[in-house]
Amino acid sequence: MATARTVKKAPAKKAPAKKAVARPAAPPRARAKPLDAKIPKGPITDKWDNYKADMKLINPNNKRKFKVIVVGSGLAGASAAASLAELGYDVDVFTFHDSPRRAHSIAAQGGINAAKNYRGDGDSVHRLFYDTIKGGDFRAREANVYRLAQTSVNIIDQMVAQGVPFAREYGGLLDTRSFGGSQLQRTFYARGQTGQQLLLGAYQQLARQIGLGTVKLWNRSELVDVVTIDGRCAGIVTRDLVTGAVQSHAAHATVLATGGYGNVFFLSTNAMQCNVTAGWRAHRKGAFFANPCYTQIHPTCIPQSDDTQSKLTLMSESLRNDGRVWVPLKAGDERPAAQIPEAERDYYLERMYPSFGNLAPRDIASRAAKRAVDSGRGVGPLKNGVNLDFAAAIARLGKDVVKERYGNLFDMYQRITGEDPYATPMRMYPASHYTMGGLWVDYELMTTIPGLYAAGEVNFSDHGANRLGASALMQGLADGYFVLPQTIGNYLAPMLNKPIPGVEHPEFRAAEEEAAQRFQGYLNIGGTRSPDWFHRELGKIIWNDCGMARDKAGLQRALSELPALYDEFKTDLRVTGDGASVNQTLEKAGRVDDFFQLGMLMCRDALERRESCGGHFRTEYQDAEGEAQRDDANFAHVAAWEFTGDPMKSTRHKEELEFETIHLAKRSYK
Amino acid sequence: MSHLENLVLKIWRQNGPGDAGRFQSYRIDRISDEASFLEMLDVLNEKLIGEGLEAITFDHDCREGICGTCSLMIDGRAHGPQKGTATCQLHMRMFKSGDTIVVEPWRATAFPIIKDLMVDRSAFDRIIESGGFITASTGGAPEANLTPVPKPVADAAMDAAECIGCGACVAACPNGAANLFAAAKVSHLNLLPQGQAERWSRVQAMVESMDDYFGSCTNHGECEAACPKEISIDFIALMHSDYLKAKIKDRKLISQQ
Amino acid sequence: MAQAVQSRPPVTGSAVTPRKRRKFFLLDLYSTAVGKKYAMAISGIMLIGFVLAHMIGNLKMFLGAEDFNHYGEFLRELLVPILPRTVALWLMRFGLIAAVGVHIHAAYGLTILNHQARSVKYQGPRDYQVANFASRTMRWSGIIVFLFLFWHLADLTWGWWNAVGNDGTFVRGDVYGNVVRSFERVPVSVLYIVANIALGFHLFHGVWSLFQSMGWNNPRFKAWRRYIAVGIATMIVVGNVSFPLAVLAGIVGE
Repeated sequence: MATARTVKKAPAKKAPAKKAVARPAAPPRARAKPLDAKIPKGPITDKWDNYKADMKLINPNNKRKFKVIVVGSGLAGASAAASLAELGYDVDVFTFHDSPRRAHSIAAQGGINAAKNYRGDGDSVHRLFYDTIKGGDFRAREANVYRLAQTSVNIIDQMVAQGVPFAREYGGLLDTRSFGGSQLQRTFYARGQTGQQLLLGAYQQLARQIGLGTVKLWNRSELVDVVTIDGRCAGIVTRDLVTGAVQSHAAHATVLATGGYGNVFFLSTNAMQCNVTAGWRAHRKGAFFANPCYTQIHPTCIPQSDDTQSKLTLMSESLRNDGRVWVPLKAGDERPAAQIPEAERDYYLERMYPSFGNLAPRDIASRAAKRAVDSGRGVGPLKNGVNLDFAAAIARLGKDVVKERYGNLFDMYQRITGEDPYATPMRMYPASHYTMGGLWVDYELMTTIPGLYAAGEVNFSDHGANRLGASALMQGLADGYFVLPQTIGNYLAPMLNKPIPGVEHPEFRAAEEEAAQRFQGYLNIGGTRSPDWFHRELGKIIWNDCGMARDKAGLQRALSELPALYDEFKTDLRVTGDGASVNQTLEKAGRVDDFFQLGMLMCRDALERRESCGGHFRTEYQDAEGEAQRDDANFAHVAAWEFTGDPMKSTRHKEELEFETIHLAKRSYK
Repeated sequence: MSHLENLVLKIWRQNGPGDAGRFQSYRIDRISDEASFLEMLDVLNEKLIGEGLEAITFDHDCREGICGTCSLMIDGRAHGPQKGTATCQLHMRMFKSGDTIVVEPWRATAFPIIKDLMVDRSAFDRIIESGGFITASTGGAPEANLTPVPKPVADAAMDAAECIGCGACVAACPNGAANLFAAAKVSHLNLLPQGQAERWSRVQAMVESMDDYFGSCTNHGECEAACPKEISIDFIALMHSDYLKAKIKDRKLISQQ
Repeated sequence: MAQAVQSRPPVTGSAVTPRKRRKFFLLDLYSTAVGKKYAMAISGIMLIGFVLAHMIGNLKMFLGAEDFNHYGEFLRELLVPILPRTVALWLMRFGLIAAVGVHIHAAYGLTILNHQARSVKYQGPRDYQVANFASRTMRWSGIIVFLFLFWHLADLTWGWWNAVGNDGTFVRGDVYGNVVRSFERVPVSVLYIVANIALGFHLFHGVWSLFQSMGWNNPRFKAWRRYIAVGIATMIVVGNVSFPLAVLAGIVGE
């Protein structure tokens, strides 16, 4: 075992002999309340400015004395790493991919919101702020969301300067389009590949810093543990996916930008390797996990076609700009779409939500689709989809315009299904897509472990109970470019010239040992089922009982089934191959292990939140028309879970949400 | 939904960079034609694990044709028989019952095999690191609409920027050249007004960094045919033209000193 | 415990070390693969110009011995009296020799590079999509043309092999007669025709390729690049092949 450890002196400059007794520079901060969001004083419009005016600064020459670890290289990770390196910090970036450019931010299609008001259609920071809070069903922290809306404007400037080829008008100015949950055209886009272009922009900035030597890139390295020493995050332990070597890395601060946990459903639109491991390992070491039950189900994904399916493919929400959603009026109508006359079609979104129509927010559109399919009116060979019809748009705009707007999405649909969407309607069904829940963070994006930050989808912060389309890219980049590089200095400044524990510290050694044994343990079980099998079974339970609609009985059933299946996982898992070369089965085993634990917490959170809000829909709490019914008196808070050794016994803490600016209202899109 | 039967897969297995490697044959009795090629490999891997054997290692991630992680030389074609399609988007309906399918990793000296079908494509990152960016540090960006970009220019830049960095161009090129990859990035940034300041240094740095790893372009056009994003070799011409201009301009700069 | 001992270092500072540059910018340019392709394209243009002019000049053959020999003499008299007799011709010859040298040197360098770029070949069969016979056989058609060039000079310029197996002898200055005496040998004509077809393939890809290599792809004439390649290759092959055929058919003869 000893040979496995690489003698890597992380902050080499400060490696005096008496490492083991090194005093932590920053003692754990006493918290007045268990959960202090540290929201700055002042009116909401001034909070971010006030924060920046008050925060501690670090001299440029001193910044290089601070080592910052960034885990993940998506929008939030790459932009944070690049910005921190530009500022002068000594940055290490970890990605389990072969290249930072592979991160799953790349798959975002539709666009990015910004309150630029280039259309002159009445947009403003306040309106984006309001739309986001309302879209999140009044379960987000006002101050964070306002800052997000403020920085959205800078994001577009920054990305354009970096060479992101956003769509343009003929005059050369930026084009925008509309998106779900908004009546304004504030979404900037680059064909159907906005996420790709933004990620490549951030990746290129990161690549520049790698080239300059200010960032060290550790590729094909996965975080397997977070190390805390004296109440502060001291660094991480990684496993080299190529050689199996387990290695420690010490730093002054650590940033997790590792994305969401949507793959807990097994079938989701997330990439195959997306996982909760980093977030979950941090949770196990003391970071509170907030609102795990807030998961977003995206309404327009290609329905499952058979049992071997490994993932679901999302079709951008932007399709709903011109596509019309409908199902046959009669259940069991098996005629091809073209043969069903207008009078026998139910354009249910336009019927139920006349003012937003097909652009109703995601959670609402998803549940409406589920109701339509559950009522037996689903379309397609497995009757598991609804139509998204472009016939009217093609008639109105011509095929060429439709092709220009959505050509690549149509091509993708055709490749996957073998059907031509110009001729027959697309078939769509909701699928797990995004997770609003995540590590609890304060206004500075710091988790409950001092020195450990969470940026992007891995944190819970800005979307409340439901995320609006084109807001994920906005949040990732806001966190990475504009928030984190500022707030991290506030934590680091007092640590100047004080030693931090190095990788020789017993805590690091213990964590390495534990991680190595955990992975060897998976190999040693020698059971009969593969990690994928367990993942698929786990996904079925979560999807059925903690998916688009939840109820008490189902959640209790899930909470009895999950521990049993998890026990089976621990005794009947089979991982072939060894731990000393690439072993994707072994990687998967570690991730499924964490998904199991998260799944239990998710169901517990869903059970405890006795209301419906955004992506969390409890069938017991709905109004006469089947719309979500919030309980602001009892649940206008963030549920932040503390790990106590067993996810079935975690402790639930509350952060009360105070709405000073926005009046809590019923969320209506009619 | 229908099925394919009795497929024979000849898959390259190689334990590590030092191993010689060999083709190994596997049999798939029955698979849905709705399955993607990678799902077919998933099914095979499940079967192998069931038999206590090590699963086949292959790179993959988003399975939506955008992350560029998947690779595979399928029946002698990079990303398989469907034009403009990455392996993850290739579906079994492109094959028929009884087919023998040969699956090999990308082969290029710059892409050493890590294991089985997985190769190391970090040489691409080195090219980007050498100059594939616009220097615009966070915070200093001017108002986005200050510099209009004519729509045709933005569209052309976007055509180039669609590159997913999968390496199919190198894999398909008889010379193992990366000109299409480099040209796509050079063109994306060199076409935009924002990229003009570093236009000449960028193309020099990237072409010369490309030279450290890859072969030369002899204009076969195989890269364009294999590219899942169907990026045009016109961009290669643009890069060649810019490189020549860059060299001449460089000379001018020296003479002015 | 099956643990690996090796650890991979991180990547950093990959663009920090400045590249070594040669002092003279043409050599610096030539040291890269793209630069070698410029060299191939420019030397290729010179050689195409020569092959075209050579073919067109030789058409004089059809006008008879007097015209043809006069054309030969004209080349030697070129730019007289500015330059002494044959100097202009020799300058052109040196230019062409240099072009051939650069073309071959660059091709050799690129071939080595390309072999190194894929040191382990594909083990299964390849299924090429657009790479055609011409583009994949450039090396071979180039070698054939080069060997032929040597033979061609030995036959009709130096006269070493002109009269071999025939009754006449090489007569310096009697271009027409030398050509006719050579082509009357059927195997010589066949060799000549085969070599020119190889040249045609070489030009079919080479002409198109030089536009790409030089970065000449203005959208206005982009579509014409392939036609220009086909046109030049066809003209050269038809023109050059017509000479031995004409001799064999008796249209051109003593």
